[in-house]
Amino acid sequence: MTLTSKDVAEITRLLEESTFTELQLEVDGLKISLRRGAAGPPGPPATAAPAAPPTVPTAAPASADQHRHEVSAPLLGTFYRAPKPGAAPFVEVGSPVTEDSIVGIIEVMKLMNAVRAGARGTVVEILGRDGTLVEYGETLLRITRAS
Amino acid sequence: MSIRRILIANRGEIAVRIIRTCRILGIETVLAASEADRDSLPARLADRTICIGPAQPSASYLKVETMVQAALGVGADAIHPGYGFLSERPELARLCEQQGVIFIGPTAAQIEAVGDKLRARAEAEAVAVPVVPGGAADSLDAALALAEVIGMPLLVKAVGGGGGRGMKRVDSLAQLPAMLDMAASEAGAAFGDARVYLERYVTRGRHVEVQILGDGRQNVIHLGERDCSVQRRYQKLLEEAPAPDLPDTLRGGLHAAATRLGRRLGYRGAGTVEFLVDRQREMFYFLEVNARIQVEHPVTEALTGVDLVAEQISIAEGSGLRLRQADIRPSGWALECRVNAEDPTREFSPSPGLLGEVCWPGGAGVRVDTHIAAGMRLSPYYDSLMAKIIIHAADRPAAISRMRQAIADTRIDGVATNLAFHAALLADAEFQAGGVDTGYVARLLERTHG
Repeated sequence: MTLTSKDVAEITRLLEESTFTELQLEVDGLKISLRRGAAGPPGPPATAAPAAPPTVPTAAPASADQHRHEVSAPLLGTFYRAPKPGAAPFVEVGSPVTEDSIVGIIEVMKLMNAVRAGARGTVVEILGRDGTLVEYGETLLRITRAS
Repeated sequence: MSIRRILIANRGEIAVRIIRTCRILGIETVLAASEADRDSLPARLADRTICIGPAQPSASYLKVETMVQAALGVGADAIHPGYGFLSERPELARLCEQQGVIFIGPTAAQIEAVGDKLRARAEAEAVAVPVVPGGAADSLDAALALAEVIGMPLLVKAVGGGGGRGMKRVDSLAQLPAMLDMAASEAGAAFGDARVYLERYVTRGRHVEVQILGDGRQNVIHLGERDCSVQRRYQKLLEEAPAPDLPDTLRGGLHAAATRLGRRLGYRGAGTVEFLVDRQREMFYFLEVNARIQVEHPVTEALTGVDLVAEQISIAEGSGLRLRQADIRPSGWALECRVNAEDPTREFSPSPGLLGEVCWPGGAGVRVDTHIAAGMRLSPYYDSLMAKIIIHAADRPAAISRMRQAIADTRIDGVATNLAFHAALLADAEFQAGGVDTGYVARLLERTHG
């Protein structure tokens, strides 16, 4: 088994979401040591961490560049890319959008909820699949902000 | 129809509890979790976890439509609502019925019938189950007239409520108007139903409840009683079965009354009929029906060997009752202590935070139902129940002795807990004698802290 750079990125993400401050991993002679925050000695034990609520991961990860905006599902439901079956999708890759542009709808028990872009720019990736269940906070599409 | 996949519309220890039985039965589980619970123990144990909304229960665990949409979206045949949250909301049971999703619980109509406390009282009276003297208080004049008949002290209670919310004690007629208003506004805020009713306050009452199972077709059995008199401000802290120091005539009367009421309702699923036992008058009165699995159900499981969640699922599948009354043979004694993240030295106020080391007791006759683990963060959004420690032993003294050891062996670092309270309670002579009333904890706290 070998570790790819993608695996390392995934491990980093898991550490970020956990309550641990440090992680050491040894696979096939390759040793990785990850530590939360600035370099230096290990932080205080987990029990001494401040009692702040967990951060809401709907915002773009800190590593992503500022020009990237992720549209996440505001609620759980069935995602539709078009206003009705057979109609043209609200947006395609390359579509220009403004903050208020509707980019999809989420149905919860026959109630249709509009999903808005939330940023001005261009759609670069569509992750939400038409007609499937999306979870709360799931990334539906990515937008590159207009500068 | 056999259930293959269940959506668990709950969190915490009861979600873990349901998953454990599903694993034994080979049923797949999908946990409907809020954002704060994505990495919780039930999320790790479930076959799949889907995020239904943010941490606030009103935007996640209390959303009826979202739960049913989630069940449909993941292809679940059934929803298990656990306790609290949506478990006794007829809207969820009804939407499930409409969408062809099995609701593991009573019918929407049954939840409605017992959710309206005045209606439940009327159903009890119809099958000669005694109710506490009282009745509706539609206007101030009617309430004053009724209060004269009931006598003082009395309780103002919410028609649509339960669990102590919207409940006020009145000691004189002069207090009644103000207490009526307070109870009504509390009830309106908590249950969306501001109607209140009056009931005599039994000063030295014991809270004894009977576990029932019904198939929805008039077949109802009981699994004995639980004594939940050890409570503080209507919040139960320790439960035990059988009820100590209870004459057999009273015990038998409670069992018969509960099954009679269950049959009257054509009750489907697991339910609890709560009674107030008045030892001075050697009487019991019906209080309410809880149309769900209860927090303290493991006490009954320990005593009878019956997996109540498995029976709930079997009944929901429509296969009727697998057990007959003669199959229920309680043996020994069972105790349950609720271990909460709350500080007894500060009025039992909740104590959320980051957990350090966590160690549980073990050995023969010890069961721990929990959702916490070392390093986990206890969210301030949810109730403070961390674990239930359940002991099963041959008799009451043995059960108390083992529970004392189990409490001593439990270690939870990082948050305040009520473990010291449990240790003091189990060491107290009055508790050890058995048969305390619902005012006992307040007196105990006064003695030890006052």
